[in-house]
Amino acid sequence: MSSATTSAATEKVGARRIAHEIGPPLAGVAGLIAAWAVIAALTATDAVPSPLDTWRALVAGMRDGTIPEATLKTMIRLVFSFSLAVIGGTLLGVLLGLNEFARRSIRPLVVALQIVPFVAWVPIAVIWFGATERAVVFVTIVGSFPSMTLAAMAAMRQVPPILKRAGRTLGADGWQLYRDVILPAALPGFITGLQQAWGFAWKALMAAELIIAAAGAVGLGHLLAREADDVAALAAVVAVIAVIGVLVDYLVFDRLDRHVRRRRGLLIEG
Amino acid sequence: MSDLITTEATPAATPDDQAPKLAVRDLVKTRRSTRGSIVTAVDHVSFDVNVGEFVCLLGPSGCGKTSILNILAGLDEPSSGQVLLDGRPIPGPGPDRAVLFQEPALFPWLSVAGNVELALKLTGTPSAERTDRARTWLTNVGLGSFADDYPHELSAGMRQRAQLARALATDPEVLLGDEPFGALDAQARELLQDEVQRVLLERGGPKTFVFVTHNVREAALLADRVLVMSAAPGRLVEEVRIGAPRPRQLDDVLVARVVSDVHDLLMREVVRARAEGSDRPIVQEIDER
Repeated sequence: MSSATTSAATEKVGARRIAHEIGPPLAGVAGLIAAWAVIAALTATDAVPSPLDTWRALVAGMRDGTIPEATLKTMIRLVFSFSLAVIGGTLLGVLLGLNEFARRSIRPLVVALQIVPFVAWVPIAVIWFGATERAVVFVTIVGSFPSMTLAAMAAMRQVPPILKRAGRTLGADGWQLYRDVILPAALPGFITGLQQAWGFAWKALMAAELIIAAAGAVGLGHLLAREADDVAALAAVVAVIAVIGVLVDYLVFDRLDRHVRRRRGLLIEG
Repeated sequence: MSDLITTEATPAATPDDQAPKLAVRDLVKTRRSTRGSIVTAVDHVSFDVNVGEFVCLLGPSGCGKTSILNILAGLDEPSSGQVLLDGRPIPGPGPDRAVLFQEPALFPWLSVAGNVELALKLTGTPSAERTDRARTWLTNVGLGSFADDYPHELSAGMRQRAQLARALATDPEVLLGDEPFGALDAQARELLQDEVQRVLLERGGPKTFVFVTHNVREAALLADRVLVMSAAPGRLVEEVRIGAPRPRQLDDVLVARVVSDVHDLLMREVVRARAEGSDRPIVQEIDER
């Protein structure tokens, strides 16, 4: 279908699409920084650090290694907790999607878990595990596991019946039907769950690190607790947390989601 | 009636010595409507389908013909009566009975070739052979150069071809079609019908076909035997044998006459059903395209 004459045009469209994609978010960030600079200039006290002060604090934090080290430790905690939440949530969600009794008996509990703010678990986690790494991991898992479970359940239930019927007439039965038809059909819903769970895990981990300050603990949330007297340094850490959250969402989950949906013709590109 | 077209008042079991491939005995299918009442979709239907025969179930929408097909496919169970495959009750769905769904049920995460290869994998074809066999079948249905495309990139007619390739690649004994060309435009439908006729003539072993349709021309073009059904509840009202030679064209004199006769038959049935108080607008549902 494609030919040499169309490839140059495709490239042009590609370049335009990248500009189209990156332009608006860049404009948004530029607007935010401008507004921030104005507010900082108009505020008489030091309570609002200027973008430049924040940038300096960030550079200093990067130079002396505190921010990179904190980021690394935080990411290790995150990957560990998020993986457990995703595996557990997926397994439970699939079970709830398949079994009506399980769904009717367990789903309300998961919804309840989802509704309780994850910060509410922090004191309980500290009583159970002490001010330890384990308490932080516990809060992160409890914060992200319910949304993964509910999304996996929904994904299983939204598999079009016609595809299951087609699979069965082609000879798929038992676990083959799950492996070759139902699970692949549910994949877009699982990815939605991953994306949501990521957001919750990140928030829960930051809250847990901020509150649970174990002796010698290093992490971005812990930095927030430690730098309480230096507003510019706090703003720098908040910026790092925000940027990591957005970048992972955009570069990993959003991309994965788009890739899968585009292949299936589920993505309407405007 | 000529010797090529015979109609019988009641569908009778065929007198062949050979056991029928499919036997439907006194089949009743009821279902619960959304309002909670019990609706009879299929009302005491009996017929046989012989090995190598092409049978069309023809009737207006809502006459229960899809229910019969689903039961033959093993996707649904009779409310009462028996449905036999090679003399034994149908155990469930299986690759010996391929189904062409009206909405081409291709797996959207697999390429067209991937869809055919999955069917081959599920029927135990060694992985080394799958790629070649999938390509061969896609070429057979005119999709050779679209093997790596994804289903959403194809037109409706091409998706239906892909489904045909997927169904035939595993060499099923029976091919069941649930109005497979019903949603296509006239040109795509004609091409697909030609494709099926070609399969019919070139088939290796004796393949048995049961197609459900509300299209009189399609039935006349493809079937050895047309079973005409009444509107809800679905009953068999006529059986029309078509002896016209293949490949058939719609403008063949014999095919045209079958179309006209069967159409008259259906009209009589519609008028009778109306006289009995059915208020469904059946006439519009009989597709003459």
